[in-house]
Amino acid sequence: MQLALFIIFGALALGGALNLLFQRHPINSALSLVVVMMSLAVLYWSLGAEFLAAAQVIVYSGAIMVLFVFVIMLLNAGEEERTHGSRAAYAVGIPGAAAIFCLLSFVFLTERGLGKSNVGGDLGNGVDNIAAVSQMLFTKQLLPFEVTSILILVAILGAVVLARKEQ
Amino acid sequence: MVPTAYYLVLAAMLFSIGVAAFLIKRNVITIFISIELMLNAVNLTFVAFAHMWHQVSGQIFVFFVMVVAAAEAAVGLAIIISIFRTRQTLNVDEIDLMKS
Repeated sequence: MQLALFIIFGALALGGALNLLFQRHPINSALSLVVVMMSLAVLYWSLGAEFLAAAQVIVYSGAIMVLFVFVIMLLNAGEEERTHGSRAAYAVGIPGAAAIFCLLSFVFLTERGLGKSNVGGDLGNGVDNIAAVSQMLFTKQLLPFEVTSILILVAILGAVVLARKEQ
Repeated sequence: MVPTAYYLVLAAMLFSIGVAAFLIKRNVITIFISIELMLNAVNLTFVAFAHMWHQVSGQIFVFFVMVVAAAEAAVGLAIIISIFRTRQTLNVDEIDLMKS
């Protein structure tokens, strides 16, 4: 069951990411990223992180991507044209990304304990998981949690100041 | 049963695609989108490790990453709007005020 979910939604996430890479219009890239985020939400759920799966759908594909799509439509962004810089970026970008992938997967596959250890046990009760997360969040991690609220406030103010029309 | 390494390799693939898109794309919005893709790939590794070690700390960390990503998206898109308003372009090759 978990393997089937992993294969289906992992392939979907990978396809969405590749589509993001190959599409030339920003709105297509943004909608492919929504596909990636939704399939990652399913993977989170299959890994026993129900709260994060819901937050992924609501915050990422709900709020952040709507913001992206709004801005793309507001600025009327068209297809990007090929320039001299983009050819140089192709020459550097593809080998660089391939090198990063090779390095990361080499570490992940050869590190002892990662390859052999199966992802643990049963999926766990959803309510228990959320209870554990919130208990941790509101006791041990209370100060960071409150600091993030100030961070959000500062970000809202900064966004308003930056996007405001200059007098 | 899925080995943790599968999830990690999937996350590595997503991260590398994000790096490639970051380097190749010339549109500033698409570059920003690929940053979000890289953040998501890192979140997947956090959740996989949290499940592997049966700890909730990894999930808490993903929660904070999401909060910071939301703040970053709001400020970044405001900067993009402001850039477009002053320079009338979204191409990063033409946004070179600090180069000249």
